[in-house]
Amino acid sequence: MIIDINFIGLIIASIMASAVPLILASCGELITERSGVLNLGVEGMMIIGAISGFALMTVTGSLIIAIFGAMLAGVLISTIFAFLTQTLITNHVATGLALTIFGIGISAMIGKNFVGIPGKEFPILFEGLKDTIPLLGPILFGHSIVFYFAFALPFITSYFLKKTKIGLIVRAVGDSPESASNQGINVRLVRYACILYGGAMSGLAGAYLSMIYTPQWIENMTGGRGWIALALVVFSTWNPIKILIGAMIFGGLTIIQFHMQAIGVRIPVQFLTALPYIVTIIVLVVISRDSRKIRLSTPSSLGKSFHKDN
Amino acid sequence: MHKFLIRSFVSSLVLLFTLTVAAVAKDVKAAFVYIGPTGDHGWTYQHDVGRKAVEAAGFKTTYVEGVPESADAERVLRQLANSGHDVIFTTSFGYMNPTNKVAKEFPNVKFEHATGYKREHPNVSTYAARFYEGRTILGTIAGTMTKSNVIGYVASFPIPEVIRGINSFTLAAQKVNPNIKTKIVWAFTWYDPGKEAEAAKALIDQGADVIAQHTDSTAIVQMAEKAGVYAFGQASDMDKFAPKAVLTSVENNWGPYYVDRVKAVANGTWSQKDTWHGIGDGMVVISDLDSQMPADLRSKVKKLQADLASGKVHSFTGPIYDQKGNLMVAEGKTADDGMLAGMMTYVKGVEGDIPK
Repeated sequence: MIIDINFIGLIIASIMASAVPLILASCGELITERSGVLNLGVEGMMIIGAISGFALMTVTGSLIIAIFGAMLAGVLISTIFAFLTQTLITNHVATGLALTIFGIGISAMIGKNFVGIPGKEFPILFEGLKDTIPLLGPILFGHSIVFYFAFALPFITSYFLKKTKIGLIVRAVGDSPESASNQGINVRLVRYACILYGGAMSGLAGAYLSMIYTPQWIENMTGGRGWIALALVVFSTWNPIKILIGAMIFGGLTIIQFHMQAIGVRIPVQFLTALPYIVTIIVLVVISRDSRKIRLSTPSSLGKSFHKDN
Repeated sequence: MHKFLIRSFVSSLVLLFTLTVAAVAKDVKAAFVYIGPTGDHGWTYQHDVGRKAVEAAGFKTTYVEGVPESADAERVLRQLANSGHDVIFTTSFGYMNPTNKVAKEFPNVKFEHATGYKREHPNVSTYAARFYEGRTILGTIAGTMTKSNVIGYVASFPIPEVIRGINSFTLAAQKVNPNIKTKIVWAFTWYDPGKEAEAAKALIDQGADVIAQHTDSTAIVQMAEKAGVYAFGQASDMDKFAPKAVLTSVENNWGPYYVDRVKAVANGTWSQKDTWHGIGDGMVVISDLDSQMPADLRSKVKKLQADLASGKVHSFTGPIYDQKGNLMVAEGKTADDGMLAGMMTYVKGVEGDIPK
């Protein structure tokens, strides 16, 4: 039964589904970091997205309003971060951490009235095609629209950064805000936009959790996925395509571990829980050996405040 | 760490509020200390339902949520005792030592500790529920309803409470269907909907068509609903989350006990007790049985429920063997409470090892 090809397809499909929130949040954070801003508030923005999506779905009954509302909520909360770090020039790390604490607290407060309410069913696409192709059927078909969007996003992000003018501007701002500013680029505006975009994607990632993946609201339901998304950006060396691979590995570890348990193979759980972080450290060590590569891939002004002299 | 900081901050605010209120009230006041947020829709949520029952009975109550099982618990308990509370319920196993320590300092305050076994001072009582009785019923249903003969079980942490549940469940399932296999997956969390859903999915993909859980969120029953298999609700009635999948739920019902004990404090009749109530006393409640179950199974379950309540049937009736084939409970005997409280071995028929 374990060698059954459809069974492997099912496992891969589960891994992909668990990778969706990581891909969304990481791709958003990647754009933010590419513009030179380090936003550690991903977990906070995700949980705000999760409660906003769930609350709007319950109150309005409309899935579309809920999804876009969750993204808007992510934008709104990241506006606080943008205002503090870009307008008031506060420290990125401290502000990001504060954003996470704020997000977890306020989501719990709003969420009080939404505990114990079942979510609505989210429409699934191409369900009928699931059994038509062995192995690939369950992988390709029968998922939500957000799922397909998440798997397209790394490629869109990569194209955006490499091939479009705005993408180049974002990278320029992240690598050398001074030069960009001298070229007449409004650094603050670009960074604002990138932070808000990151907020929208984190909000969507949270909504995926509370509306599609496990349709319910409970406190702290993001369970540290925001931190994993942050680690993923570093893991990927700011390359969106590698985020896709990383998210599959990070998401897959838990699922493969559960499957091994069910088969009867025992691996210490603590080790597997730590594995994503160990992998990140190993990747960092490996890439830092090549100083040229790290110079090329890391946004040079990451986490540094830019204050234009008047 | 950040979570801990907010919790401490919120706790301090609640305490501050408590202190202010304490100055005016004179009636019996009960305080509840929770390990998780009241919004977990699981363990803490059900305790809070119990607290609301106390409130409805006309008593004043306070609660502090998200109290870590550390020195922090002592601080919270001391402040609650200092601020005029007459009885304090500490609702997690890890509060055992702090409860006893603080109880010594406040002999006039009554302490009620859930799921513990230490009663070092006359003002400390302990209470727990025989959830394993509920799992005997779930096992009976699972063994009858499975078609693949593979039953999935999502477990939380390897502690006696959970092992006892797995054993009770498996014994009952085997009794009605000797061919079943219980596959156990340890999630190492009490609630993390994402992880729980993934664990359930793994079991379903490996052929399980009935899923039992000893974690708190509703993610597992929802996953079962999506996959078209059966499941059971945990802690509260989860039927509305998965109407097709949930066959029944085992509910934690603390309200009657809490009201009882607070009333005893008010009447001056409170005395030290070790309570371990099951279906018979209403602390463990079986939700409505789903109509998808055949009528004869439903009546069988009803009878089993009545027999467990009356004590005619015990979940752990011998002969029971452990995995290696050693006799644990002799024929005609039942496991005593001491054995149940410290149960850390699987019975025969459970697959795999208990993780360390």
